Amino acid sequence: MQVYLTLVRRELGSYFASLTGYVIIGAVLFLLGLSFTDLMDRLNSEATDMPITELFYQTWYFWLILLLASPLITMRTFAMEKASGTFETLTTTPISDAQIVLGKFTGALLFHLCLWLPLLGSIFIVRHYTNDITAFNGGVLASTFLGIFLVGALFMSMGCFASALTQNQIIAAMISFVLGIAFFMLSFRSFFGLPQNTWTSSVLARISMIEHMQDFVRGIVDTRFVVFYVSLTTFFLYLTLKVVESRRWK
Amino acid sequence: MNDGAMIEVANLTKRYAGHAAINDLSFTVTRGEIVGLLGPNGAGKSTTMRILACFMPASSGTARVAGYDVFSESREVRSRIGYMPENNPLYQDMRVREYLSFRARLKGLSWRRTRERVGIVMDQCALTDVSRKIIGHLSMGYRQRVGLADALVHEPELVILDEPTLGLDPNQIRAVRQLIKSLGGSHTVLISTHILPEVEMTCSRVLILHEGRILAADTPENLQAKLSDGGQVVAEISAPLTEVREFCSDVEGVAQFDVTPVDGSFLRCVFTPKPGVDVRTQVFDEVRSRGWSLRELTRSRPSLEDVFVHITRAEKEEEEN
Repeated sequence: MQVYLTLVRRELGSYFASLTGYVIIGAVLFLLGLSFTDLMDRLNSEATDMPITELFYQTWYFWLILLLASPLITMRTFAMEKASGTFETLTTTPISDAQIVLGKFTGALLFHLCLWLPLLGSIFIVRHYTNDITAFNGGVLASTFLGIFLVGALFMSMGCFASALTQNQIIAAMISFVLGIAFFMLSFRSFFGLPQNTWTSSVLARISMIEHMQDFVRGIVDTRFVVFYVSLTTFFLYLTLKVVESRRWK
Repeated sequence: MNDGAMIEVANLTKRYAGHAAINDLSFTVTRGEIVGLLGPNGAGKSTTMRILACFMPASSGTARVAGYDVFSESREVRSRIGYMPENNPLYQDMRVREYLSFRARLKGLSWRRTRERVGIVMDQCALTDVSRKIIGHLSMGYRQRVGLADALVHEPELVILDEPTLGLDPNQIRAVRQLIKSLGGSHTVLISTHILPEVEMTCSRVLILHEGRILAADTPENLQAKLSDGGQVVAEISAPLTEVREFCSDVEGVAQFDVTPVDGSFLRCVFTPKPGVDVRTQVFDEVRSRGWSLRELTRSRPSLEDVFVHITRAEKEEEEN
């Protein structure tokens, strides 16, 4: 546990000690700001009974931020250590590979959550000026953040996996970007031009991340989705662990 | 610390894509020894160290550290070693004290012990002045010492240093050597280098590695003694040339000699004695009895450098035949 916490602290610290970390924070802040102005336009133009979180989600900035920021967050996790040689000093301390993988994953996930904190700010501003209690609900907000946490965990684990494969950060970012886009595209059934009511289209309907997230921002926590994200994240972390261990097979 | 073998390596082989980086390596290192791995670049020094540090497995053969197998009991081994890889990789964005504390915590030290040990190793490696500086901003010499401090922070039984003096200036090299020497006795140290004076000064035993095999393993003194036939006696004598030539051919036990005039009336005589013969007293007595003046009488001992060149060259010739 001591080792795990030390690693998480170091990982999280490294984001705030490097320029990359602040570039990501700046870019995400900018996009969140754009989404906020979009949100304001909508609120001003029409009356709606949707929760603010759902309104925000419908601006599509959520996916833009997620798809763009997660490869940048995770690209350095393993690739940089391998390129600079610190991977050697790290793996020759008496810690297990699983601790390394989990430590790095947790650090990336926590940083990812930090990126979304400004969203809370914009929601509180809306609430303050609308004086409408129904527009804001703690439960909905919690389930939105649960969704951000779960989807983020999946993207972070994919990114860690991509980063473990190579020692070049750019390649790591590209692999995780492609993985992310591929998963995202699976949400568009029309993209495949499939007829309704076949087994393939019903499988695609179940793994549609867009719809999963739609439920989370409405305040619906479906355990099937939770299991879906937790198991996929575990799967990618397992793959990452195997890649990290693979140096012992060679 | 009890006596016994700290490192036992038996028939260790590591192959990379068909070519063997180390080939059937066997050696032992007893506790408290400072052993130098010496060899040209690509001799397999780093590979051997990486295997001992559990970074990668060997293709065949076994290696044990403090009685634990490096492959099957790697955790036990890793908690007992302090390893500094080649080129000393560090986290450039961390501060010195922060980095050392981080490493100490990773190695399982408690908070109190971490604070204590980090203070001690920073003193030992003269890092106290830069404890709050960012590693990326430090000079090469400081970085190297940060790497050393990291290797020592958890009081390992075995310290493995891969080229610890790489990129240091002469003063820093001397300081690092002093530090390594002071580790002997309480720690076992394995260092690798291709710089000969380094092992000559610090190590109690030298393993000469060439193309993945051990060519020689002995104390620096013994290795030199083995090659004592390479040592020559030089005398500078002031006397007429013909008399000196005559005298030189009379000296017993000389295989070969050479006389050349140097400045003034002095002649420089270089004797190559037969193995095991010391002609210095003979030369001195003769010169004194003839009443000549003598201003230099020395025996050049072969340095490890000669030993090294000799051994690696002999190996090459053998291969060619």
